[in-house]
Amino acid sequence: MTQQAAPAADTEPAPDGRPGGGPGARRSPVLRLLARPEVGVLLGALAVLVFFLLTAPSVRQGSSMATVLYQSSTIGIMALPVALLMIGGEFDLSAGVAVITSALTASMLSYQLTLNVWTGVVVALVVSLAVGAFNGWMLVKTGLPSFLVTLGTFLILQGVNLAVTKLVTGNVATDDISDMDGFDQAKALFASSFDVGGVQVKITVVWWLVFAALATWVLLRTKYGNWIFAVGGDKDSARAVGVPVAFTKISLFMLVGFGAWFVGMHQLFSFNTVQSGEGVGNELIYIAAAVIGGCLLTGGYGSAVGPVFGAFMFGMVNQGIVYAGWNPDWFRAFLGVMLLGAVLINLWVHRTATRR
Amino acid sequence: MTTDKTAPHGAVLPEAPPEGERPLVELRGAGKSYGTVRALHGVDLAVHAGQVTCVLGDNGAGKSTLIKIISGLHQHTEGEFLVDGAPVRFTGPREALDRGIAAVYQDLATVPLMPVWRNFFLGSELTKGPWPVRRLDIARMKRTADEELRALGIVLDDLEQPVGTLSGGQRQCVAIARAVHFGARVLILDEPTAALGVKQSGVVLKYIAAARDRGLGVVLITHNPHHAYLVGDHFSVLRLGTSELSAARSEVSLEELTHHMAGGAELAALKHELAQVRGVDVEELPDAADVADAAPAPGEGNG
Repeated sequence: MTQQAAPAADTEPAPDGRPGGGPGARRSPVLRLLARPEVGVLLGALAVLVFFLLTAPSVRQGSSMATVLYQSSTIGIMALPVALLMIGGEFDLSAGVAVITSALTASMLSYQLTLNVWTGVVVALVVSLAVGAFNGWMLVKTGLPSFLVTLGTFLILQGVNLAVTKLVTGNVATDDISDMDGFDQAKALFASSFDVGGVQVKITVVWWLVFAALATWVLLRTKYGNWIFAVGGDKDSARAVGVPVAFTKISLFMLVGFGAWFVGMHQLFSFNTVQSGEGVGNELIYIAAAVIGGCLLTGGYGSAVGPVFGAFMFGMVNQGIVYAGWNPDWFRAFLGVMLLGAVLINLWVHRTATRR
Repeated sequence: MTTDKTAPHGAVLPEAPPEGERPLVELRGAGKSYGTVRALHGVDLAVHAGQVTCVLGDNGAGKSTLIKIISGLHQHTEGEFLVDGAPVRFTGPREALDRGIAAVYQDLATVPLMPVWRNFFLGSELTKGPWPVRRLDIARMKRTADEELRALGIVLDDLEQPVGTLSGGQRQCVAIARAVHFGARVLILDEPTAALGVKQSGVVLKYIAAARDRGLGVVLITHNPHHAYLVGDHFSVLRLGTSELSAARSEVSLEELTHHMAGGAELAALKHELAQVRGVDVEELPDAADVADAAPAPGEGNG
């Protein structure tokens, strides 16, 4: 670590004014803690966890928890870039189908041309980043709201996914690629499991937490993170002080593309084949996880840790309902209630904490 | 302080530069058209170091267009725009900033939800460490922000609080302190007192005087002649997109300035306002000598 020496400019403290004067007065530690975007969702996630631990005894087993975490991770990996994008003031309705687009690209390219699957994986990455860049570029160039731009991309991708798959394979699903060169390697990276005390844990859980740590660091400790908050908070002000707004927005959309690629690869290498009509509706799940995680839909406020808990709440409820022996049809209704509750709590916390 | 006496013909011609000193920023017959709409034409303006140049005008007179040209947000379509005597054409605010021209906008150019220290360094963040782990030098940024704010007499206990929780005057001052810190030689202030009460306006005008005494060239855009006259060294009045008056302080009285700003009917009302402003605010504002002594330390009472 190259710790820089303390700057020499550290002279005596400036002559003191009147501490405690005016609105600069220090807020209480409790309020400062509550002002963190992830506190509300942390409490919510704990509540849901405790609730299901009490009502569904089988949740207490390690393997059940591993399933919950796996479920959470597939949502959570995408919820992270979606959350960063939301903090940056935009959202991406094409995120759900973009996952499938990426998986289809890798699968069909490798199979049809009989290439090493890694070729397909790399091309899929390029395609995913290009879709993100297109979204961002359209947004920046036209000034249209991201809702419209990405709604367009969503419909385009949904159509292309189905049409091209049928055209190429004559079927709505791609062919099984499990016996192709490089498959095992790629599976080890994207879709393997490992053993923790007799419990099989999916590798996506590890990736999820690694990406979350990385996103948190970028958001809070780097220039780029500062820019994300700024372009979401007030992009005209940000531009006026020299923040590269177009670069920040486009790169955020490309980050969502990267997430879509990663989850797409996971789906491909865990199921060997891809259903071309899937993914529709997931974009709203990602957005909901980010919002439950304390990100402001209008941008400028949020965290990367919050969506981790947000995704965990989803996974927990999704599996918890099954373990509790309830009718899984209730899942979405449960989610809706959770979403509204989280939004209301966030609103209240935010108002309390920032009140002068 | 350099309240230089300029040539007596200053009311007609652009202000003649004092011996050997050329203006930091100069506009010669500059104008801007948006399509067929001519927002600004034939404007002369010179900004000298250590002086406050006031640009006055009613709504729609072209004030905003003028500062957008100088700060690099828009490009002029006629005339000349010179920085340090050389013609320039900025492609963006970043370029203007690199030349030491910083604008503080009416809407404050701060991001309300971000902490004070993040706002202070936004777009010019301090970092440490080699590339893959290059990160914000938070301790240094917080310390610097605090020092710079204190140097202008703004004391905030909690730099983590969102800028949105500060008062309008304080937010304005944060933006001014930031511009001063980042080596601005020319500070453009767009209606800094428009949304503020009398007392808060006095506070902001005091910081403008402090910035001027640190040797900055200040362009103060306002529609309030009283505020302008309290700190201004040179006055330009815009009307319908062109220059109506350009005069040094010695050549124009507040009454004349007000007269140029408003027609006769409104004059009586403004006179009343003028008396009030003078009565309340003049003592609040530091004299020249006062500020020179107390510039680094927070001066006497502010809001």
